[in-house]
Amino acid sequence: MTALADPPIVEARRDGERSLVVAFAVMVALLVVGPFVVYPVFLMQALCFALFACAFNLLVGYVGLLSFGHALFFGWASYLCAHAAKRWGFPPEAAVLFGTLSGAVLGLVAGSIAIRRQGIYFAMITLALAQMMYFVAVRAPFTGGEDGIQDVPRGHLFGVFDLSHEMTMYVFILVMVLASFLFIYRIINSPFGEVLKAIRENEPRAISLGYNTDRYKLCAFVLSATLAGLAGALKALVFQLASLTDVYWTMSGEVVLMTLVGGLGTVFGPVVGAFLIVAMENYLAQFGQWVLVIQGVIFVACVLVFRRGIVGELAHALGVRL
Amino acid sequence: MVEVFGIPSYALFGQLLIGLINGSFYALLSLGLAVIFGMLDVINFAHGAQYMMGAFAAYLMLQYLGLDYWVALVIVPFLIAATGIVIERLFLQHIRKLDHLYGLILTFGLALIIEGLFRNEFGSSGKPYQIPALLQGGRNLGFMFLPNYRAWVIAFSLVVCFATWFAIERTRLGSYLRAATENPALVRAFGINVPRMVTLTYGFGVGLAALAGVMAAPIYNVSPQMGSDLIIVVFAVVVIGGMGSILGAILTGFALGVIEGLTKVFFPEASSTVIFVIMAIVLLIRPAGLFGRTA
Amino acid sequence: MRLAGSLAFALTVLFGTAAQAQNPIPVKIGVLSDMSSLYADISGPGSVVAAKMAVHDFNPAAHNMKVDVVSADHQNKPDVGSSIARQWFDVDHVDAIADVPTSSVALAVSDVTREKNKVLLISGAASSDLTGPKCSPNSVHWTYDTWMLANGTGKALVKTGGDTWFFITADYAFGHALERDTAAVVTANGGKVLGHVLVPLNTADFSSFLLQAQQSHAKIIGLANAGGDTDNAIKQGAEFGITAGGQHFAGLLVFIPDVEALGLKTAQGLVLTSTWYWDMNAANRAWTKRWQAERPGKFPSMVVAGVYSSILHYLKAVAALGSAADGKAVVEKMKQMPTDDPLFGKGQVGVDGTVTHPAYLFEVKSPAESKYPGDDFKLRATIPADEAFRPLKDDNCPLVSAAK
Repeated sequence: MTALADPPIVEARRDGERSLVVAFAVMVALLVVGPFVVYPVFLMQALCFALFACAFNLLVGYVGLLSFGHALFFGWASYLCAHAAKRWGFPPEAAVLFGTLSGAVLGLVAGSIAIRRQGIYFAMITLALAQMMYFVAVRAPFTGGEDGIQDVPRGHLFGVFDLSHEMTMYVFILVMVLASFLFIYRIINSPFGEVLKAIRENEPRAISLGYNTDRYKLCAFVLSATLAGLAGALKALVFQLASLTDVYWTMSGEVVLMTLVGGLGTVFGPVVGAFLIVAMENYLAQFGQWVLVIQGVIFVACVLVFRRGIVGELAHALGVRL
Repeated sequence: MVEVFGIPSYALFGQLLIGLINGSFYALLSLGLAVIFGMLDVINFAHGAQYMMGAFAAYLMLQYLGLDYWVALVIVPFLIAATGIVIERLFLQHIRKLDHLYGLILTFGLALIIEGLFRNEFGSSGKPYQIPALLQGGRNLGFMFLPNYRAWVIAFSLVVCFATWFAIERTRLGSYLRAATENPALVRAFGINVPRMVTLTYGFGVGLAALAGVMAAPIYNVSPQMGSDLIIVVFAVVVIGGMGSILGAILTGFALGVIEGLTKVFFPEASSTVIFVIMAIVLLIRPAGLFGRTA
Repeated sequence: MRLAGSLAFALTVLFGTAAQAQNPIPVKIGVLSDMSSLYADISGPGSVVAAKMAVHDFNPAAHNMKVDVVSADHQNKPDVGSSIARQWFDVDHVDAIADVPTSSVALAVSDVTREKNKVLLISGAASSDLTGPKCSPNSVHWTYDTWMLANGTGKALVKTGGDTWFFITADYAFGHALERDTAAVVTANGGKVLGHVLVPLNTADFSSFLLQAQQSHAKIIGLANAGGDTDNAIKQGAEFGITAGGQHFAGLLVFIPDVEALGLKTAQGLVLTSTWYWDMNAANRAWTKRWQAERPGKFPSMVVAGVYSSILHYLKAVAALGSAADGKAVVEKMKQMPTDDPLFGKGQVGVDGTVTHPAYLFEVKSPAESKYPGDDFKLRATIPADEAFRPLKDDNCPLVSAAK
């Protein structure tokens, strides 16, 4: 994906940072008040997907590589975290770390194969790798087939905080997701991030400037896979469940949609997109049969009417960076 | 009796033939996708839904109008092609200049809408459709029992594939089409209505999907999700063949049908995964697919 | 008549005011089902209709109760199912969840139900693990399970001469379980399993697998799969002359909507086990007629009937206890009271949560035998209640060993 429409980022102005700080403050405020108003498990689910979408956005929004196989990292990290917590009796922090690291390792393997190609071929290679690992997930005995790994214990964080308590769990998830969010922001605004953007805009030029672009791309890929792994591992603890849904290609599609609806290449877009899609899945469940149609209409509208995504359009209208 | 890896050779012949028959569905569907991608630069995710519409249209025509398979085979592709033309005019023409991603998401949304509407109307467990009287039964080939209908499927799809390839690669109209994808402005300067040609091309690709749907109705379960199960595999076929390559889509379709058929004998559990393994290997060795031109 | 009418009116007023005086017991039932995909036709919206009929027939006002029914779509995803269940229990004050087709979702919801001490009334899910190793004091499994399907179909076919089998099995845990249970029954009754082939889920073309089944020369081809996969296998089996060649299909999980989807011409001769059939007796027909007022042109599956009966029995237990708050106590009460309803007749809820009632072996009619729409099955054998379901000793259910 060398030219993803017109990049929705409005050139950072001198006061560009201010809008980001304000938006971040609003987001944190909403997330702190949130669990007292909205059902906390729903918020935790949305937060996990927000992190997943941000990780994905790091790759597509800032390097211009559209992966269609990110379920691979999300789902497998979720399985391995669940397995470590349930069968090996790992404490939650170790299980999450184990899941995250497995995301990194898988990212390194998949990334070194996939980054040799661009555009739609990159998307298809990642899809192919993800489908192969889906097959492994179906066949491997420890994943429990379509039943998944159920009844995963949440345990005590650092042996102190009882995560089976909904609010404690929420705080844990919130801290992890916000920390990762700031980490991603730091990456995209570092010199490393500037090189990534240069590769997105014009790879041959970046090469001629003496950058080993393959190494940069692989690094971004592994970072993205690691954070996607973290999101998957956290989700396994929230739902106490790891299942095939999370490694199937539709999950890879879903994260594309979240990012796109929220705003590709924006800082807050993936978060907004994730909350919207998860809310749709949860609250449309009562409409039963109409879920598919409503989702379809939203995607069509997204492409035809607000192509920059919700946050992208908002930033454009306000002339700020979000 | 000769055996290959513990499987009697006569059984293997049967499996090869069956693979070829399945390959003809892949070929028809990926051909439509390749035509659309080649001319419009759109990855048509709604292709599976349009295939499903073809099968349902055949069922509805039989159920409510008493029109049999043969009539459906002629009329349905045009009918569904007409809906495709409407979709192109309403939606796709607005996103022509954009990245592939947007076309993919838009058609994915359309696929969801179509599938959802059909589920609401017809339920999810499918509708019955019989093999036409003329093609019922089958013949014993010695190594296997070949149903007449399957023989018809392979013969007819070969004809359709060849005709499409011929029309695009060897006729004047086809040369206009190919030229229009390379340089629309220049072709327009010659007085040819390029937008209309693009619209009709999309209609044609959709018509091919519908045709495959009608052909599938007597042998596969006619249900709203029949297309979504298939679309991702057909994508892989197109990518392996080389995006936009007509000949590549046809040949790869048949070849992958055969490979999948053999996998079903030796390692059946992997039969739905083997195509992705091949895709990964092919893309690493030949970046633009087997028959694609490197841009 | 007038006297009776005014008497009834007086009674209603009396009870009505009495009820208002002591605040009716609130009960909320959630029908969690597949509303939009694979199993929507065997359960889904039809189950919601059945649930509302059960509440109506129970007549909550007469028991000083107020019963609400809500419903949601779990999309066949365990995570979606468990999050809806959590939300229902935590926020919406749902007391019992009914139906839950798809075993993986039912297992996930069962964990949540137990944690929150509510009630799970399973009808749509098949896995016999739900009343076996993973049984729960908070759930009741009403309509059918994999053990019962395997036992019913497997035993009856072997005894009537179908003693060699070949399995076409969906390659996932549920398919494996179905094959394992059936193969055990077949060999235990003196039959022989000649081979099997594992097929990835949602495969459109079965011809390759059918050819393998054909070459095995097994008398019976067991289909250990469900939904569209089963339909495709049977449809293409007819095309490849499987039935014409003297082999028979045994559908291990086939519902009436599947038969309707295939058409009798294709499905005829198929043997299947079911615990309920709409055209069995006058009571079932009368009930179906009422159900069809909401679902015109469709025929209720046994799952839908099970949702009706399980909710009816649940409400009786709540009325007897006077409260729905303690899920474990309600299930305990359900196990104490014998079951009795118009659709499944008299039966019993076992210690492990399995509801035992007779099962029936049906054969799909030919188009010539079918007289009217939905006239699809003919009865081949009745399996008495004490043989139809798994004996408690084979359960491996912790509740059973605890009860001893």
